[in-house]
Amino acid sequence: MAPENSAILMTGVQKRFGAVQANRGADLSVLPGEVHALVGENGAGKSTLMRILAGLYAPDAGTVSVNGKPVTGWSTADAIAAGVGMVHQHFMLVPPLTIAENVVLGREPRRGLAIDMARAVLEVKGVAEQFGFAIDPRRCVADLSVGEAQRVEILKTLFRGARILILDEPTAVLSPPEIQDLWRVLRRLRDGGGTIVLITHKLDEVMEVTDRITVMRHGATVARMATKDTTPAEIARAMVGRDVVLPGGAPIPPSRTTAGAGLTVRDLVVKGPRRDREVDGVSFVVGTGEILGIAGVEGNGQTELIEAIAGLRPVTSGTVSLGGFDITRLSVQERGAAGLAHIPEDRHRRGLILDYSIADNLILGDQARYTTGATLDRAKITGQAAEKIKRFDIRPPDGSLPARTLSGGNQQKIVIAREMAGNFSVLLASQPTRGVDVGAIEFIHAELRAARDAGKAVLLVSAELTEILALSDRVAVMYGGRIVKVLPRAEASIDAIGPLMTGAGAGAPAEPAA
Amino acid sequence: MTTRSVRAQVEEALLPPLVALLIALLAGDVLILAFGQQPGEVWLTLLRGTWGNAYGFGQVLYKATTLIFTGLAVSLGVRAGLFNIGAEGQLAAGGFAAAFIALHFPAATPAIVIILAAMVAAALAGGAVGYVPGMLKARFGAHEVITTIMLNFIVLGLLNYVVVNRVHVHETLHTPEVPKAALTRFADLISAFHGSAANAAIIIALVAALWVGWYLFRTRAGYDLRAVGLQPDAAEYGGVKVGVVWTKALVISGALAGLGGINFVLGYKHYYEEGFASGAGFLGIAVALVGRSHPVGVVLAAFFFATLSQGGLAINALVPKQMIDVLQGVVILAVAASVPEVRRALQSGRAAIAARSGDA
Repeated sequence: MAPENSAILMTGVQKRFGAVQANRGADLSVLPGEVHALVGENGAGKSTLMRILAGLYAPDAGTVSVNGKPVTGWSTADAIAAGVGMVHQHFMLVPPLTIAENVVLGREPRRGLAIDMARAVLEVKGVAEQFGFAIDPRRCVADLSVGEAQRVEILKTLFRGARILILDEPTAVLSPPEIQDLWRVLRRLRDGGGTIVLITHKLDEVMEVTDRITVMRHGATVARMATKDTTPAEIARAMVGRDVVLPGGAPIPPSRTTAGAGLTVRDLVVKGPRRDREVDGVSFVVGTGEILGIAGVEGNGQTELIEAIAGLRPVTSGTVSLGGFDITRLSVQERGAAGLAHIPEDRHRRGLILDYSIADNLILGDQARYTTGATLDRAKITGQAAEKIKRFDIRPPDGSLPARTLSGGNQQKIVIAREMAGNFSVLLASQPTRGVDVGAIEFIHAELRAARDAGKAVLLVSAELTEILALSDRVAVMYGGRIVKVLPRAEASIDAIGPLMTGAGAGAPAEPAA
Repeated sequence: MTTRSVRAQVEEALLPPLVALLIALLAGDVLILAFGQQPGEVWLTLLRGTWGNAYGFGQVLYKATTLIFTGLAVSLGVRAGLFNIGAEGQLAAGGFAAAFIALHFPAATPAIVIILAAMVAAALAGGAVGYVPGMLKARFGAHEVITTIMLNFIVLGLLNYVVVNRVHVHETLHTPEVPKAALTRFADLISAFHGSAANAAIIIALVAALWVGWYLFRTRAGYDLRAVGLQPDAAEYGGVKVGVVWTKALVISGALAGLGGINFVLGYKHYYEEGFASGAGFLGIAVALVGRSHPVGVVLAAFFFATLSQGGLAINALVPKQMIDVLQGVVILAVAASVPEVRRALQSGRAAIAARSGDA
């Protein structure tokens, strides 16, 4: 197509950070008035390309034009002035201020030296109505739900005159109904002449809401297609470069009969940063040879639940036991020795020490076993690293590299290798595939299934419903710190779970688990 | 791959301080010219007065010794993610304890026993002073920067009280001499060192540096300590008791600083004197910063700051010796500022080479 027709046209973009070539000849062409998906594995260079578009980075080579005007290497101020706005994954809002105050921040209407609040509210209301946001600008941001906060974030960008909107993984923190609301907003923006680029790795979203798709792999553009002419399998193949088994696509092998209790949690109450009862009297049993999936919108107590079981957060009341053995008061190390393995939700904060080598990371939590006298047994550490790197296909296969230098998928493989190579009876897997590529997701899912089939009890927490449904033998839905309902896999579907995740069934008493 | 990354690490460790040194030299040139002197001449005088003769070199050795101890103390804290500003008080406490213990041994005790006991006492006293902020942080979350600073005043005040009221020699602010506990002065072995304070404590300082390197990078305790410094949440997840590591790190840090007290007390004056630690604790922070909290870097940086300090006396006739204080400040600022800059330049340079050789 001719460049002058494109809202965004990027050609041959190259960008290098140190030793990492983030973009190597990436192309992107987006027509005005379309919702365009930019998909690719983690580290494929999507975010870099979009940051170049938003003026955060200058490309090493290649050209960028917006609405037919060459703008290569422009600044963020230029980008905003030209109507290009980026909605970040992490909200940048000031909680104690009102919606109106947040939206006008930086360009407040003034009356003398004071801010003209009445006008601010009016202006924000005007923009909100124009784009069909049902929002009261006088509400305090701290009182908003996550979905509402995201709409404020979008509103902020629109208020600054953006008509080309870049959204970076916007659904990670939303429940299914909230996601539907977001799609409505995006469609309305598109119909009003706006152009939207959606960075995502969730293929169902791509199929549902976008018009066109650009697929990136290893920093380059590998495919462009119209959404109506393609299938999720085809997109996945383009992302990875080979056929992959999509989560949910394969039939679930029936789990072996559960022999006994692997993990038992009774009346657990845990204090959190916001509430005294972040986990509010939770009870369940995960049988041996079973995967119990916990579905729920993030921030409903899942993190606190997992951390309390792992020994990283004090328990207010209730008990946790492994195969009948009470571990409620044990230290992290003692729990590990008792057979508990834990894939933490945030590998950058908890799961890895990013500046430590792969080999050193592979012994975290198990240092004692690699110590003779006071010193670490280097030969033994290198040896086990070589073994695990080979078995779990960690790349590059060099144990001396700092974990920081690896891709998200390979970093997660370090965590998986460490937690799943040893002896364990119960595995806590919290967001095990967050931010990893499709190929690694396949691998991690296979490992979790293998652990289940080997008779381990697996407690899976994931914000991705497709993942919960693909792996779990039973699904527990968590809302407001309680388990609202436990469903056998056969009865669990997005339609059944979705409303429960928003608290629709919160009034009902939790069914006794197992 | 591995060898290249080792080279890269060495480059990244060494180049920032060297760049900082260059900047300090240029700043010094400007200052010297402002005083109407020839920069070349002044620098040469500085070098002659320090590394150019045995006396000057001896003084550099002596001054470097204390700085190695306090630099190591601060570095060990930094590696655990703690900023120990209390090296000053820990050093003073160590020095006093060494003198106090040595005073209370019967005269017939062999010198080696007194020396060893004094060393242990110095380390214990410093460690005890370090324990307080460590325990306060682990127990109550009190920030160590505040507690170590405040503890400096408390410790120095207490020592002043004890010395003035209990153990001072009349009309002075120092304790009686403990000649039996004296460490060997280099001047006694090689006459050229005559008049300089260099003594065997430098050897103990170097052994301490070796020990810190071993502890940090070879032992399991060091693995845990560095993990806590880099990512406390990950260390906790890995079964490390973060509070215990904090306390342990500040105790060891304090013990290293305290041990530094023997340089003055056992090596030079043979008594504890009010104010002997003045400035050495704080300069230890600069040494740790410039030495990138690595024992090798700390030793090099200690010699560098000792040279500046001694050199200031040598060039006093040409320019005011306060110029050296300015240079110290310039070096610290330049190191702090140049670390990320130099690293970025190195990485983009390497990337360019890699791109040209076509391995991308």
